Formats: sequence, C-alpha cells, structure tokens
Amino acid sequence: MATDLREEQVLGKAYDARLMRRLLGYLRPYRRDVVIAFVYIMAGSALSVLPPWLTKVAIDRYIRTSELSGLNAIAILYVLALLGTFLFSYGQTWVLNLMGQRIMFDLRMQIFRHLQKLDVAFFDKNPVGRLMTRVTTDVDALNELFTAGVISVFGDIFTLAGIVVILFLLNFKLALAIFSVIPLLFLVTFVFKIKVRESFRRVRTAIARINSFLQENISGTPVVQSFVQEGRQHRRFTEINREHLDANLQSIFYYALFYPLLELVGALAVAIVVWYGGLKVFEGSLTIGALVAFVQYSDRFFRPISDLSEKYTILQGAMASSERIFKLLDTPPGIESPPEPKAATVTQGTVEFRNVSFAYHPGEPVLHDVSFEVRRGEKVALVGATGAGKSTIISLLSRFYDVSSGQILVDGTDVREYSLQGLRRSIGAVLQDVFLFSGSVAENIRLGNSGISHGDLEKAAETVHAAGFVRRLPQRYETEIGERGSSLSVGQKQLLAFARALAYDPRILVLDEATSSIDTETELLIREALERLLEGRTCIIIAHRLSTIQNADRILVLHRGRVRESGRHQELLKQKGIYWKLYQLQYKDQLASVGSMVQERESGEKP
Amino acid sequence: MLKDYSLLHLLPYLGKYRWKVGIGFVMVACTVAAGMVSPWILKYVVDDIQAAFAPEKLPRYAALILGISAVEGFFRFWMRRILIGVSRDIEFDLRNDFFSHLQKMSLSFFQAHSTGDIMSRATNDLNAVRSVLGPGIMYSVTTLVTVIAAGLILFRLNWKLTLFACVPLMLASIGVKTVGRQIHDRFEVIQEQFSRISARAQENLAGIRVVKAFAREESETSEFQRLNEEYVRRSASLIRLWGIFYPMMSALIGLSAVALLWYGGRMVVAGQLSLGEFVAFLSYLSILTWPTIAAGWVINIFQRGAASMERILRILRTAPGIRSDTPPGDPWSALGAIEIRNLSYRYPGSVRPVLKEISLHVPAGSTLAIVGQTGSGKSTLANLIPRLFDPPPGTIFVDGRDVHSWPLADLRRLIGYVPQETFLFSDTIRANIAFGMAGEIPDAQLEWAAGVSAIAEDIQTFPEGFKTFVGERGITLSGGQKQRVALSRALAKSPKILILDDAFSSVDTYTEEKILQGFRQAMRDRTTILISHRVSTVKEADHIVVMRDGAIVERGTHESLMATGGAYSDLYHKQLLEEELATA
Repeated sequence: MATDLREEQVLGKAYDARLMRRLLGYLRPYRRDVVIAFVYIMAGSALSVLPPWLTKVAIDRYIRTSELSGLNAIAILYVLALLGTFLFSYGQTWVLNLMGQRIMFDLRMQIFRHLQKLDVAFFDKNPVGRLMTRVTTDVDALNELFTAGVISVFGDIFTLAGIVVILFLLNFKLALAIFSVIPLLFLVTFVFKIKVRESFRRVRTAIARINSFLQENISGTPVVQSFVQEGRQHRRFTEINREHLDANLQSIFYYALFYPLLELVGALAVAIVVWYGGLKVFEGSLTIGALVAFVQYSDRFFRPISDLSEKYTILQGAMASSERIFKLLDTPPGIESPPEPKAATVTQGTVEFRNVSFAYHPGEPVLHDVSFEVRRGEKVALVGATGAGKSTIISLLSRFYDVSSGQILVDGTDVREYSLQGLRRSIGAVLQDVFLFSGSVAENIRLGNSGISHGDLEKAAETVHAAGFVRRLPQRYETEIGERGSSLSVGQKQLLAFARALAYDPRILVLDEATSSIDTETELLIREALERLLEGRTCIIIAHRLSTIQNADRILVLHRGRVRESGRHQELLKQKGIYWKLYQLQYKDQLASVGSMVQERESGEKP
Repeated sequence: MLKDYSLLHLLPYLGKYRWKVGIGFVMVACTVAAGMVSPWILKYVVDDIQAAFAPEKLPRYAALILGISAVEGFFRFWMRRILIGVSRDIEFDLRNDFFSHLQKMSLSFFQAHSTGDIMSRATNDLNAVRSVLGPGIMYSVTTLVTVIAAGLILFRLNWKLTLFACVPLMLASIGVKTVGRQIHDRFEVIQEQFSRISARAQENLAGIRVVKAFAREESETSEFQRLNEEYVRRSASLIRLWGIFYPMMSALIGLSAVALLWYGGRMVVAGQLSLGEFVAFLSYLSILTWPTIAAGWVINIFQRGAASMERILRILRTAPGIRSDTPPGDPWSALGAIEIRNLSYRYPGSVRPVLKEISLHVPAGSTLAIVGQTGSGKSTLANLIPRLFDPPPGTIFVDGRDVHSWPLADLRRLIGYVPQETFLFSDTIRANIAFGMAGEIPDAQLEWAAGVSAIAEDIQTFPEGFKTFVGERGITLSGGQKQRVALSRALAKSPKILILDDAFSSVDTYTEEKILQGFRQAMRDRTTILISHRVSTVKEADHIVVMRDGAIVERGTHESLMATGGAYSDLYHKQLLEEELATA
C-alpha cells in the first residue's frame, strides 16, 4: 500500500517539559481530587513502609527476649497499618481512576469540538482513520498517564524517601553501602530507555497503518469482493501486520533483558547487606532484627524503582500521544467565523462572485477569475463538463474553502464577514454524495435541529415525494437506517437529502448534481416540488442533464475553471459556443430517436 | 476463569505454538525454582550468625545470592521473551484471521455492523485478548508455580505455621472468584459504549461536510457528549469494583505476615523454630506477595479478555453468508451467457420482496439494459449476479451453470462490476485501475482501459500521471473522475461480463457519449448489463427491460418498446417532454 498519506508521523522525544506542562493543565479542574489523592498516597506510602520495621522490633525486642505480650501489641499495630494501607490505596485508586475518566472525557470532547471547527480542506488531507486514532487510542494512552502515572509517581518517590530515612536511622554505613548500587540502576535504566524508544515508535507507526488499512477495506468490501482481490488485500494486510509483530518482538527483547538486570542489581544490594551487614552483626553494631529489616527494605526499595521505569513507558506513550493530540488541537481552523461578524444571517439571498480564483493545491488552480451575480430569487444553472469547477463554486459559497483571491458576496457582504453557522444555515445544500447518518429517517431529516417539528419534517418529505417510500418502511419515520443509509437505494437517499434541505427552509438553495441518480419519473415529481420550494429563494443548480436547467433564469457555462458563456438558454444556443455543443449532443440524440425513428431503423446508423 | 468459555477458543491458536509455550512454561518453573533458593540462603546466614560462626563464610553467601539471581535472570529473560513473544505471534494470527474472515462476509453483514464497531473489535478487543495471552498467561502460571513451590517448602519447614499463615490467602482466592464475574459483566457494558462512541465519531468525521453544510456542529457535539457521559458513568461502576482488588490482595498477604509474626514468634520463643527459619518464612511470604497481588490483576485481564474475546467471536462465528466449496478453475473459457429463471428475492431479515419472478436471458456477447424507477430492484439484480448478495439456488445461471455451483472466485473474476457508489482505495490511480488484475500488469492494458473510460486525458493533467496518489476514498478526484476510474478498473481486468450499475451518474452526457462509443467497441465480445435511467444510454442495447416494484413490466428493443407504447416509451416521452417544454 502506498505510504505517503497514511504514514503516521511519530514525532517527539520521551519527555518534553512543554508538553508535560500542557498535559498537567488538564488536572486543573480536578485540583481537589488531586489533593485528596495526594493525601491518600502519602498516608498509604507512610503506612506501607512500616511492616519491616515492626518485624525488626518484634525480633529484637520480643522474640529474642521471649516477651510474648509485646508481640501481641506489634501484631495489632501491624494489622492497623495494613488496614490503613488498604483504605488509602483503595481511596487513591478510586479518586485517580475516576479523575482519569473525567479527563479523558474532557479531552475527547475537546478534540471532537475542535474537529467540528476545522475546515473541509483539513479533512481532505487527513484520513478519517487517523483522526479516529486521536479520539480513541491516543486519549486512552493519556488516561494511563493520569491514573497510573503522573500522581502515583509521587507515591513511589515518597515510599523511597521513607525507606531511605528508616535505613539511615537503622544503620548509616550499611545504608550508604547499599545505596552505592543506585548509579548502576540508573545506567541500566538509561540504556534501556534509549533502546526501547526506537522500537516503540515502530510499533506506533505500524498500528496506525493497520488501522487505516482495515478501515478502508471494511468500507471497500464490495469492491474487494467483486474484483476477487481478497487474496491480495490479505497479503498486504499480513505484511503490515508482520511489521507490527516484528516491532513488538524487538521491544519485548529489551523488556525481557531489562527486568532481570534490575533484579540483579537488587540482588547485589542484598549481597552487600549479607556480607557487610553480617560482619556488623558479628561486631555487635547491628542487631539481627535490623539485618532482616535491611533485607526486606532492599527488596521494597527496588520495587518502586522498577515501577518507576514502567511508568517511564507510560510516559513515553503519553508523550507520543499528547504530541499528536496537541498537534491536532493546535491546527488552527483554516476557516472561522470572524470575531465580530458583520452579518448573522442571510436575509435577501443575493450572491456575487467577484474575480474569484481558487486552487485546492497551490499551483493547480481550479477557478480562474470567476465573476457573476445572482439576484434575489433568481435561478442560476451551472453547466460544464466534469471537473470544470462547478462543485468548487458551491463549496466556496458555503465557505468550505476560502477563495485564493477575489471575493464572494452574499447580500452584498463578503462571506468571510458572516458567522459560519449563520451563513451555512441560510444555504440549503444537497451535495454530490448524499451522506446519511445511522439513526432514524426522522433524525436524518432533522439532523439534530429540534426546531423542526415532526409535522415540518413530514411536510418536507411529502413535498419532495420522499413520503411515499418512507411510508413503506417498517416503522416509517422512526425506521433505523443502517450506517450511511446502506439499506436505502441511492435514489431514496437523495429524496431524503431533499427533504432535509427543505426542512431547513434556507434562503439560498444549492443543488449539486443531486438529480442525476434519480429516474426521470421521480425527478419530474421532485422538480414539481422544487418549483414550489424555489419560490422566493435564490437557487444555484448543478445538473449534468441540460433539460433540468433549461428553465433556469440564467445559465453559466464553466469551462476549465472559467465562466465562458452566460445567458438564457435560447441566447446561449444562438452563440453556438460550448453550451451549444453540450446541448446539441444530447438534444440531437433525443430528437433523432423520436422524430426520425423510422429513418434510423432503416439506415441502422449507430452514433 | 474457566467459566468464560470464549477464551477456550484461543486454544487452537496456542496449540500452534505449543512447543514454544511448553518451553516458556519450563522457563517459568526454572525462574521460580531459582527464586526459591535465596530465602534458604538467608536462613543459613541468620542461623550462622546466631551460632558463633566464622565471618569468612559471609562472602560465600553473598556470592551465592548474586549467582542465583543471575541464573534466575537468565531464565526470566527467556520466559518473558518466549511467552510474551507468543502472545504477539497469536495476536498476529488472530488479526489476520479476523481480516480474512471479514473479507468473506457478505454485504448484508456490513449493513448490520458499523465500521466503527468492527474497528473497535479489531483494536481494543484484540488488545484485551492479547493481554490474556501474554501477561495474563505468564503471570498466572508464575503465580501458580510460585504458590505451589513456596507452599511445599513452607509446609516441609513447618506445616502448622504454614496452615496458620495460609488462611488469609484462601480468603483472597474466594474474593477473587466472586468479584471476577461482576467485573466481566461491567467491562462488557463499557466496551459496548465505547463502540458506540467510536461509531459516532467515525460517522461524524466521514460526514463532516453534511454536518458543516447544515451547521449541525453543536447538536453533533452534544450527542457525542451524551455518549461520553454514559461511558464515564459505566466506567465509574467498574472502577468502584476493581479498585478494591490490589489493595485487598496486599492487605491479605500482609495478614499472613502478621499471622507469621505472631504465631511464628511464639514458636521461636518456644524453641520449635529457629530464627533463621522464621526469617526464611518471612522471605518466602514476600516472594508470594507480588504473585498474589498479580492474581487480582490477572483476574482482571482474564475477565476483560473473555468479554473482548466474546465480541471478537461474535464476528468470527458469523458464518460467511456466501461461499463456494468448489475450488477455482479457469474461468477464461467461459462465454458469459446469463440466464435468470423465475428469480424472487428478499433481503435477509426483510419481509418485502425486492425482486419478483424475474426471468431473463442474456446471450453471450449481447447487451441487456435495465431501466426503471428508483428502488425498483435494478441494483439488487446487479448485486445478485456476482453473488454479493446470494440469490436462491436454481435462479441465476452463467453459461447454463447455476452460480451456486460456480467457484465463487471464478464467477467474480468473470464479471466486471461497476457499483452505483464509487469506492476507490487510497493508493495511486494506477493501483486502483489495476486492482482486479494479477501478476505483471502491462501498461498498455491500463492505458487502454483508461482511454475507453475517457479518464486518460484527465490523468495526463495530474501531477504524476498514473502514479498520482488518490486521497482517502478518492477525495481529491471529482465525482465524475472517480466514476471513470472505477469504470477503467472494471474494464482493465477484461471481464466476460460487464455490469454497469448506473455507472455514468456523475459523468456529464458529453463524456458519457464518448465513453459509450469506446465501450461499444470494448463490449463487442462481452456480455453487458447496463443499468441506467437515461434512455440515451440504453437505447443501443440488444435487449431492454423495464422494471417496476421488483418485477419486469416490459421487454424488447428500443424500437419495439417504442412501438408498443408502454412504460418505456412513456419514460422516453417524459424525458423528451422536458426538453420540449424547455425549448418551447
């Protein structure tokens, strides 16, 4: 599979103070929870450090001196410490995880909201699968940071500090001796860190590619199946999947090496305790109980440290994810409402293109210096070959893209001066590809606008003759249509799209090739309905079939991104230009088949 | 754990790696065994210090501790590498199987499952299952072996003390069992909700243009928010439960230590236990701490994994609606005659028939045109011939042979199909056109197909010609261009049967005429089924049928249909009438 567009950019380093600061900002609304969790963690760590010390006391003071009553007291203290640790750590888990869920919620909403604001050009460049990863996987990675990472790190650090203090109190020299292994610990961790980062990136890249590929193949199943390409697609998938496997195996290797090395360092500390500590017991400067406590503590001492390195992995994942999330959040919407819109909604419905040029990609202009005016209530038809720029004009009017140069004026005001919502609400659009959402028929007409009553939507459906087939559906307007309306025919979907546009009662109506997939009979019905709808509305129609636009007030003939001809149908025919050519081709054809059917049959001519 | 049968379906996958798994388990045993030695050394250290001893023994003990740790580390390295590695191997296999299973599913399956839902099974759920196979199995075996080994040693050391210390551990296992099931259920509900969130986001992003055109950003956001709030609510109910696990485990193991301290201390005082043995006891208990805590975590992994595996199995168990048992042969000798006998069809789960008693004969090399209203069943008919949906047996025949008895791959290879809705892959134009072709693809073939589909000129204007990359779902191409690429894709594989389902809907009439001219050449020795509602498109066909409400209402040639003056001529006149009205 080609890689240019799909390749996930896996940037970044393991730790980035700037990113971290920004991430911590998400904790702000939960300051109270953070404080509570902090208190729980500190209390829990403090209590969890006690048991070895209690054991030491028990051995030295009671067991070796046979004082059994003291042993009871120690047992009770021990149980209390356990109970406390239990309560505090449960409280901590509860508070932190719930907070993690809330932060994930905040982040998901923030990303989603931001995505809603981004312009169409952004979505042209970024596949849906990639954006989905931001909303799902990447947010999850941050959840781990907040629940298992950032705060419980303090628990580990606090536990370490507690142990250090106790060890120094028990025996200063022995404590120093075992702490001498710490540099070794850091060395091991440092090397591991560097090694694992590389394979980690590979894993992330591979998983992103797997997801994109999978996603695309699910949507394209009919094509894959009808072209019998299951085998090839499967081989490609296996290839990508294999890369993911290899990357993982590499990272497993480093992990498998890392943990035993950590334990070896721990064993070194115990060996020091046994040797050096044993000598001290022999000399009488250390009690046996203290020696036992040292062994137990050195075990506990290394656990939080290996925990810390596990947290490093979480941190790494979180950094990579947050970098991508923030990159998305920092992408400024290319198109935004002005801070103070000059106009909120369209009242008249006049449209003017003034010397508009536009290119989707720099250097590949689609429109050149296009100028035209549409008066209030006027019906203008855009005519031209595929790719002439008709759809682009529609997209520019709704401000899905901004013009490269020139101006588009609605009611005499530049579209860039409108609030986006106001502008788009005033322009009813039936786009080239009808897109339906899963949900009921009614929901698809209403599109979340609670201002549209059930009566309104039924009336709209009735007007565009969609009511007929809706009535035949099992639950009528409440019938759930599958994903993308997969249970409806293309024509039915278009009827719904009409009803949707109509229910919104726009000032300006835009039809983009919408009639092309509906049979003539239905189309006649619709046109009848549209005529009523067009009353008092400004209308811009793109239709490939010339017949549908012949009763337009004006026709604009687009050719290679320029307006080449403009006028009424008859005037344009007289010019014998591009329009005439397009028109002749269809008209002559139809005229010939009706008028001179006999002739045609005799000559057997094939056009 | 064994109650969750869904995980048993992993056994065949594990079976494939049984040697690796076996060796991995041996490594677990070796790792645990090595770990059991250190406390014993400690016992000697303490007992030796107690008795008057020679300090020169100490370095030997220290060296032993280090050496044992090195041995343990060696085994641990291989344990991890093998067992976690196997989990990745199986993840690879499972993902491949999942993908190839999806490829076998019929279109009705994809109508019933949203892409987002399938995706979340392939990502989140697969991940949860992977955790069972890796850490889940590794830690549970480690725990089991450690508990048995440490238990045996302790029992031999002092069985009374062991029994006394083990009571809290028993309590732990009971607690694990009761809470486990609950976790499973709650987790499943969370995953469901997550699927909903993914599906919603997916749909919103795919339909972002509609959302924007209707300025529905806010209502979309509030719907998304509602789903997410429910997710948080459900997660909270899970957290409340499993949050208790780790703390409970460490508290219970702590209680064992207390029991040891209290009862064991008395035994030392009474002279029934040496201090060294007492310390060894403590040390073994601390070895048990991590595995016991891990048990809670492992249970969690297993519960989640079982819920996820169930969700994956629900897909894997869905039998492919359409399959053939005949091995593929050589379809190229086929002629491409199509016969349809008395075909009635309704979609799975629906009561209303979409096709009623259709009978048709399309001789090899001829062109059949189907016209009819929206929803009259034209596209359904087109989908049934390559068995994208399955026709009843004995209704559709290609070269006199029931499509059910054709090897599926051969049948589909025979047919060039251009669906109503164009789907292109995010790949180069060249790769898209060559999509149906195997092996070395001659450029001439591609150029020919592109030429006939009237897309060649467009391609030349693209920055990198045939190598130009098409955005997701061909987003950078216009609708007409996409459709023409899809046309060339169907042509390039030079099929015997060509099915064009309204394949010119986004192409303007001028271009359509140009394409049709080329097509008539290309179609000369191919059977063609042409679905359209433009009379201009179909009138050259050898045979034309008109469909209404799933039935054929008229059939004939353009001339004969015009002469009979039925629905077809009606349609024709209507199309003409528009023109006349407009010119009047």
